[in-house]
Amino acid sequence: MARQERRIVVPGDRLPPETTGPEEYLVDNGGWKTPAIVGILDVRDGKHVFIPLQGAYVPRKGDVVIGLIVSQGIVNWFVDINSPYQAILTAQDFLGRPFNPLTDDLSRLLRIGDYIKARVEAFDRTRNPLLTVQGEDLGRIVEGRVIDVHPSRIPRIIGKKHSMINMISEETGCKLYAAVNGRIHIVCPNPDSEAIAIMAIKKIEREPHTVGLTERVKRLIEEEKKVRGV
Amino acid sequence: MGKKGGQVLITEEGLRHDGRRPDELRQVRMEVDVLENADGSALVEFGGTKVLAAVYGPREPIQKYIVLPDKAVLRVRYHMAPFSTSERKSPAPSRREVELSKVIREALESVVLSDLYPRTVIDVFIEVLQADGGTRTTGLTAASLALADAGIPLRALVGAVAVGKIGGTLVLDIDEVEDNYAEADMPVGAAPDIGLVTLFQINGVMTKEEVAKGLDMALNAIERIVEMEKEVLRSKYARVGEV
Repeated sequence: MARQERRIVVPGDRLPPETTGPEEYLVDNGGWKTPAIVGILDVRDGKHVFIPLQGAYVPRKGDVVIGLIVSQGIVNWFVDINSPYQAILTAQDFLGRPFNPLTDDLSRLLRIGDYIKARVEAFDRTRNPLLTVQGEDLGRIVEGRVIDVHPSRIPRIIGKKHSMINMISEETGCKLYAAVNGRIHIVCPNPDSEAIAIMAIKKIEREPHTVGLTERVKRLIEEEKKVRGV
Repeated sequence: MGKKGGQVLITEEGLRHDGRRPDELRQVRMEVDVLENADGSALVEFGGTKVLAAVYGPREPIQKYIVLPDKAVLRVRYHMAPFSTSERKSPAPSRREVELSKVIREALESVVLSDLYPRTVIDVFIEVLQADGGTRTTGLTAASLALADAGIPLRALVGAVAVGKIGGTLVLDIDEVEDNYAEADMPVGAAPDIGLVTLFQINGVMTKEEVAKGLDMALNAIERIVEMEKEVLRSKYARVGEV
């Protein structure tokens, strides 16, 4: 079995120069690296990998995100995508045809408080991200529930080859979609299953760095199912 | 020796009015994640000085004109609560508070990787809850810890402490009484992991040799302070479970 060592590292800690991980969060000090945010240093078979436990979501072109409509303009909506940058969705894109403010009513299409699943069409840091809902499975979210988690936890919630998210889905009977911006869309057959799925996700959010988490989450779900008689 | 206004500030044995040795810090206590609504927060105590720091951001500001196209803007507000001193302090920002906000902002700007979040602002609120000397250095330490807690990318953590001169003796981490009667006061802020001094001020008269020795004393203490900061950050995650 491969030898594995994990420890929490903080800004200023000395990491070997060969450490890999998100480049924006690894500061090269010439001869040694330091993490810019708190994370885990995973050492396996001599390989040093830095896994962040913090950090804001910065959109990238092509990302599928879950956004919350927060306000509307004349021809567009402003969408909170759990990022420092507020996104824009144009009415023309939503309708898939030219938009005429004289004849079309924005507030009848999407209301403030609605969630949408959208793809980042463009973002270059000089302008706010532009979203599109043109594509399969994109558009207004009409059923289920959306919960917020820290964006850095999404890879752990999904797990290796989707192992964690599939396990939660199989155990609870819920359909889950984890968007990179830290929002998870859950559609469950009943309120108890929904509560259990949320409990499992929140546990992962609290303990992403712990060993044997998948097993513990599975045990939590099984125990909760017994208690609730699901 | 070192007697001012009826108060013995430093004894013949070289002990200070509160029993500390000249190179001894007051009791330090640090805590992170103390505020639910902030993205990051910290409570730092150096003896009787208690400072709370809260960080919000990176976020788009209401006043869009203040943003910069290539990096995040750091806004720092140092403020003393009206109840932080023995006599009520007016809550309106004083000249001193405006200056300290600027000094602390500049001390943090050199370690914050602000170019990762252009066109945004990072807000740092430093609230002095109880003042007993060294509020700017405690505030800077708390702000650095709150920034790290908020996940704002930093080149390294910053710690700070003041060195004073009493009766010709250099003393570390001066409190209110010592500050009132000291011949000089030298606050220092630094990021020891990357060998960077980010804050350096002197109020009073010190020789070149005293400045060099005082700086050494401060930097040695800051190494210990930064180590405490790191331990507090690690323990936030460690208390959840084994890594």
